[in-house]
Amino acid sequence: MALIKTKHNRRSFLKVSAAGGAGLMLQFSWFSGLAQDSTTPAEAAFDLNAYIKMNEDGTVTIFSPNPEIGQNVKTSMPLIVAEELDVAWDQVSVEQAPLDTKKFSRQIAGGSQSIRVGWNGLRMAGATARYLFVSAAANLWNIPAEDLVTEAGMVKHLPTNKSIAYKDLISDAISIELPEEVKLKEPKDFKLIGTAVKNVDGFKIATGKPLFGLDYMEDGAAIVMLIHAPAFGMQLKSFDAAEAKAMPGIKDIFTINTSLEKPSWADVNAFNELIVVVGDSTWQVMQAKKAVKAEWERVSAAESSAAHLEQFASVFEGKGEVARQDGDPDAAFANADTVIERTYFGSFLAHNTLEPMNFFADVKADSARLIGPIQTPEALRGSAAAMLNIPEDNIHVDMTRMGGGFGRRLYGNFGLEAAAISQKLGAPVKLIYTREDDMTQGTYRPSYTLKYKAALDADKNLTAFEVQGSGIPSSPVFANRYPAGTLANYRAENFGIDTNISTGAWRAPRSNFTAGAEQSFIDEVAEAAGKDPIDFRLELFDNAIANPVGERNDYDAERYAGVLKLVREKSNWGAELDGVYRGVSAYYCHNSYVAQVIDLVMDDRGNPQVKKVWCAVDCGIVINKEGALNQIEGGIIDGLGHVMYSQLTFKDGAPEQQNFDRYRLIRNNEAPLEIEVFFAENQIAPTGLGEPGLPPVAGALASALYKATSKRYYRQPYMILEQETQILG
Amino acid sequence: MPQYSLYINEKEHQVDVAADTPVLWVLRDHLNMVGTKYGCGIGQCGACTIHLNGNAVRSCSLPVSAIANASMKITTIEGLSESGEHPVQQAWIEVDVPQCGYCQAGQIMSAAALLNRNANPSEDEIKNAMSGNLCRCGTYTRINKAVALAATKK
Repeated sequence: MALIKTKHNRRSFLKVSAAGGAGLMLQFSWFSGLAQDSTTPAEAAFDLNAYIKMNEDGTVTIFSPNPEIGQNVKTSMPLIVAEELDVAWDQVSVEQAPLDTKKFSRQIAGGSQSIRVGWNGLRMAGATARYLFVSAAANLWNIPAEDLVTEAGMVKHLPTNKSIAYKDLISDAISIELPEEVKLKEPKDFKLIGTAVKNVDGFKIATGKPLFGLDYMEDGAAIVMLIHAPAFGMQLKSFDAAEAKAMPGIKDIFTINTSLEKPSWADVNAFNELIVVVGDSTWQVMQAKKAVKAEWERVSAAESSAAHLEQFASVFEGKGEVARQDGDPDAAFANADTVIERTYFGSFLAHNTLEPMNFFADVKADSARLIGPIQTPEALRGSAAAMLNIPEDNIHVDMTRMGGGFGRRLYGNFGLEAAAISQKLGAPVKLIYTREDDMTQGTYRPSYTLKYKAALDADKNLTAFEVQGSGIPSSPVFANRYPAGTLANYRAENFGIDTNISTGAWRAPRSNFTAGAEQSFIDEVAEAAGKDPIDFRLELFDNAIANPVGERNDYDAERYAGVLKLVREKSNWGAELDGVYRGVSAYYCHNSYVAQVIDLVMDDRGNPQVKKVWCAVDCGIVINKEGALNQIEGGIIDGLGHVMYSQLTFKDGAPEQQNFDRYRLIRNNEAPLEIEVFFAENQIAPTGLGEPGLPPVAGALASALYKATSKRYYRQPYMILEQETQILG
Repeated sequence: MPQYSLYINEKEHQVDVAADTPVLWVLRDHLNMVGTKYGCGIGQCGACTIHLNGNAVRSCSLPVSAIANASMKITTIEGLSESGEHPVQQAWIEVDVPQCGYCQAGQIMSAAALLNRNANPSEDEIKNAMSGNLCRCGTYTRINKAVALAATKK
């Protein structure tokens, strides 16, 4: 059995307190303690405390520390605790913990890291609690703890047939000294991990219970909405609110400024000066917004998508920053038999969480409560403290369930705005964005371009590979990802372009564009080399397994090759099916490996329809099979939708798409008919699934479309309408 | 402001709002029934789907004045069943459809309206009927499975 150091010491203690009436709350104070594996970045090290509430009726309440955006951690994180605690899942209820950095760490929904970073600490939480109950029973029965077993919330001594429920051991357990190390289960002994468990909020969602930020309201709070500049690079000159103020239900109209002296990475926002409309009800405030007469002035460039394309066309003529170079790529290109060079483009994307940005704020003279949908509650508290001039300890942040995140809610400007308004008004407020506000005040996925170059020798061997990347504002290149490490001559180079458009992380940042471009290009290179696209990729992985080039390669070549082999086998790759066009892709990101095969058919009108997606995933141990499948299915559909249809274009500094009439999202009848997912079976510590399913699908789709249409796809989204192509130049 | 009598989930409610107020905001702001969601305000996303006399309608684009009549019966997600035992809700839980869950009340209302008029929809009929409801998380394959399952529960 694996032992894990708890970092408890003689000064560690177990806090036991009455927990809202019946039952007892166990609060552990500890650090995760385990040495991270060598691939772990330093910032991933963490401290975790946890709440486990033992109820007198024998049920257990496990508090889920991290924000829930649909990635299902509210189910999977407590599931890990329950496994090591050894309680039955139907004994468990789950509650969302508030922001509490004294008891939890990394309360963030981002980077697909909740499970990976939480794994050891969550197991330790459960195992430590289990230890206390086993030790209490051992004392009670005077039987060595090693002779006792646990099952479904009971401690048992099998030889004497003794058993006692955890709930009956609470008062004894609290006097047990905390262990300096605890035993964790062997993966083969898992009873809950790896099973299919349903979303703990499933019933509430299906019955319309208030769960989301937009649903949170308190008596006496005003509804507030914002007016921001109509375009990037503009600011407020003057406004006349006389008519709007006189409208029914309108209480006040004023301006706020949410600029911070020292903004954090999470404070991206192009519109700090805002007009605020305060009223009694949402519809009244929406009407009054339209009646405010504001004058705006331009303070920086009016950017456009046409101009962005021109910038991209010449960006690689400038001087780039070499992020990695192996061997002598220039010589290899000079000596090549064939050089293939292709350029790829991706538009800006809006996040478009279906729940628009919103937040509740109640700011008093020296304290504040902020409640709403936020992926980064700790960063919001820090920025709010600075803006409001209230100590962090006096700011309470509650996380509601989020109607989608996709990275948008990493940037908490809407929370700060609500706080600023409440402070100015001296009353609680509920801030709501309209869809148009949400789509035009974004932190968009940057627009990107990538130029790939590959050299083949006379025997069709890949002898050099170069990637140059640029974006508005920054490059999407991952210098140490495939095919880096698989060949002798390699170079990755970055180029930037300044912008006044606010951008940020969007589900699987950078990977969401790079994977499609890179994997499309590899498909084309494999074709030029006269090789099957899977064989071609596997030969490169064989190089990296046998003789890796460089020491900083991000990926494990065997696991990477493993998912390709798995999807090859499961999809019966190589079988020719009449009227079915196939494409393949594999990508590594967020510590997980995903390979996909797409089966495409063309409908009667010549439109592509994805019939089936075959998907192989290596994320280490799968925590919750049902949730894991759902994440991968969702990632595939999300990825397909955006690469097929979605784009945000700019004219005169303003987004041309402001609602779902012009911003096209994938719909039910455009989604794949079937998705089948296969997980690699191993006992490697788990990694996340919120993001890795999305990126590769763009590559597999482009290759399948090529088979169907004999056309290569270099511009994302692939299905741009004719008139929009003209807008884009 | 005018006073309206509304028949929602088999109960009569009185509200005092402007005639052009969408039913969505009457439900959310005035009647504290927040199961019906706001997504776009222009009838494109379907998050606000409710039933008007058993048919799916977009409450964001339906002015309150149009339903203030005893013959206009509204059903919302809160009234679809007393405790979540409607076959569509049961199927949604069984198939574990939701990710973020925000669009799902609208999806469920569209599915329930489909099954009201077509007890045994084909795969194509399901996809077509459900294509007015956006799901940003991409749960479409599960939505279709759940609708087909609900049809067997009727």
